[in-house]
Amino acid sequence: MSMPFYVSPEQMMKDRADFARKGIARGRSVVVVQYADGIVFVSENPSQALHKVSELYDRIAFAAVGRYNEFENLRIAGVRLADMRGYAYDRRDVTGRGLANAYAQTLGTIFSSGGDKPYEVEIFVAEVGTEPSEDQIYRLTFDGQVADEHGFAVMGGSAEQVAGHLREGYRDGLGLDDAVRCAVEALGKGEEGGRKIPAHDLEVAVLDRTRSQQRKFKRLSGEQLATIVGRNGDQPPHPAGESTSPSSGAADDAGRRAEKPPVAPPPDAQDS
Amino acid sequence: MTDFRQLDARLPAAYLTPGSSSFAEFLGTQAPELLPGRRSLPEGSAAGLAPHGTTIVATTFPGGVVMAGDRRATMGNVIAQRDIEKVFAADEFSAVGIAGTAGLAVEMVRLFQTELEHYEKIEGTTLSMDGKANRLAALIRSNLGMAMQGLAIVPLFAGYDLSSGLGRIFSYDVTGGRYEETAFHAVGSGSLFARGSLKKLYRDDLDAEECVTAAIQALYDAADDDSATGGPDLTRRIFPVVAVISGEGYRRMPDEEVAAIADRVINARMRRPDGPAASLT
Repeated sequence: MSMPFYVSPEQMMKDRADFARKGIARGRSVVVVQYADGIVFVSENPSQALHKVSELYDRIAFAAVGRYNEFENLRIAGVRLADMRGYAYDRRDVTGRGLANAYAQTLGTIFSSGGDKPYEVEIFVAEVGTEPSEDQIYRLTFDGQVADEHGFAVMGGSAEQVAGHLREGYRDGLGLDDAVRCAVEALGKGEEGGRKIPAHDLEVAVLDRTRSQQRKFKRLSGEQLATIVGRNGDQPPHPAGESTSPSSGAADDAGRRAEKPPVAPPPDAQDS
Repeated sequence: MTDFRQLDARLPAAYLTPGSSSFAEFLGTQAPELLPGRRSLPEGSAAGLAPHGTTIVATTFPGGVVMAGDRRATMGNVIAQRDIEKVFAADEFSAVGIAGTAGLAVEMVRLFQTELEHYEKIEGTTLSMDGKANRLAALIRSNLGMAMQGLAIVPLFAGYDLSSGLGRIFSYDVTGGRYEETAFHAVGSGSLFARGSLKKLYRDDLDAEECVTAAIQALYDAADDDSATGGPDLTRRIFPVVAVISGEGYRRMPDEEVAAIADRVINARMRRPDGPAASLT
């Protein structure tokens, strides 16, 4: 003869939120930064196949942290919704706000419905405009809350530390190279002290408003990314303008981190 | 009942269900009335109801392919539109040109474009050239019922094959039959004349610009003998739509460049109206 325990709604919501937060905190962070010509997403992701950042539509991209199967599900639903709407109406009728709203409603319902386990995910939906002032970045949390972000935003495990470091380096109207370097540096410092994230462990993608194609989403990888961040994860001097000078013997993976380009100041000097 | 219009609500369960990477299949389950092939028509022929697009030509050159289309749409003896566009980018490395019922064909092109983009976004990689050609065949096949009532769509598909580095051309019949063509091909009402013209003009060492010239010559010959194909419109400066696809991707040739080539072709025809003469042996 068992009696069900009474759990107050406050306690139940708190438990569910704690559960979701714990799941999200295990993952690595994703950074989104507005730069002069668009929006750039940066995350540490050694996998080349399982993306954290992807394209939703012409000017809209999606980034997520947390459980892969859950956010992949949401991503595909977003692509379907966007393509369906673009096909039924017109390409211009697919908006970041609409998609963010659909995600918010979906996450909110799943979170507060008693049956399902809440999704352990956080999402960015970003839309690049024709002018920097028209750029939009939405951040959605596991319970369906939407926040409108400006400049930069971070989500994931050590979001607060990373955001703290990003705040120091970020300013309006950064160039792409500077924005990526700034984000990579903050990601490295935010987690486990001052790591340097090598270029091949990064997932970087942009919504570039200067692209001539209708679809503004583009991944940066390989040689192009290595040139921007410094081949061995050693960051080139922060104020850009000087050559990016990849270290000699660059392709040698075994010798990573062993040498620094002679022109780079010690990492600490960049902070002050 | 379709849910896609209610964007303010949450994502419908079907959107969150794992399934196919094909947009057309998804559309078939969620909004079948939007699929061009799913409509039922009353009995009888519908052939005279809507404008028809006419001639499309495509030629390959080393490292790519050129596609060009005239600008005329006809409805019986009436010219329905004189600046219609019938050559479209299917994705970054392929183009589709359409002959047949214009309205349905344009709708099918939109579906095909969405299909390729949808697959690319969901799978994270593009379809192979043969995969794209087969998808288009499946879309054409689903339209067979309408084709039998006079609303046929006859596309020409061409693109740059990233794996082989070659330009390739595919033609179709209304039952969805897919045929790979070598060197050059044409579809539409003026295609017989265009193909005859290309036969005499085409050489496999032509470069991209020479291929464009050959395509414009072929369209001129088609317009010369087929009333439904539009020739160059000198007073309005309307010239064919030309797409050049190579390893650098799809490029619609700017109107001024096409006009310059068309002007050269027309000047030569002022002296010899039948076009360049081929040698007898």
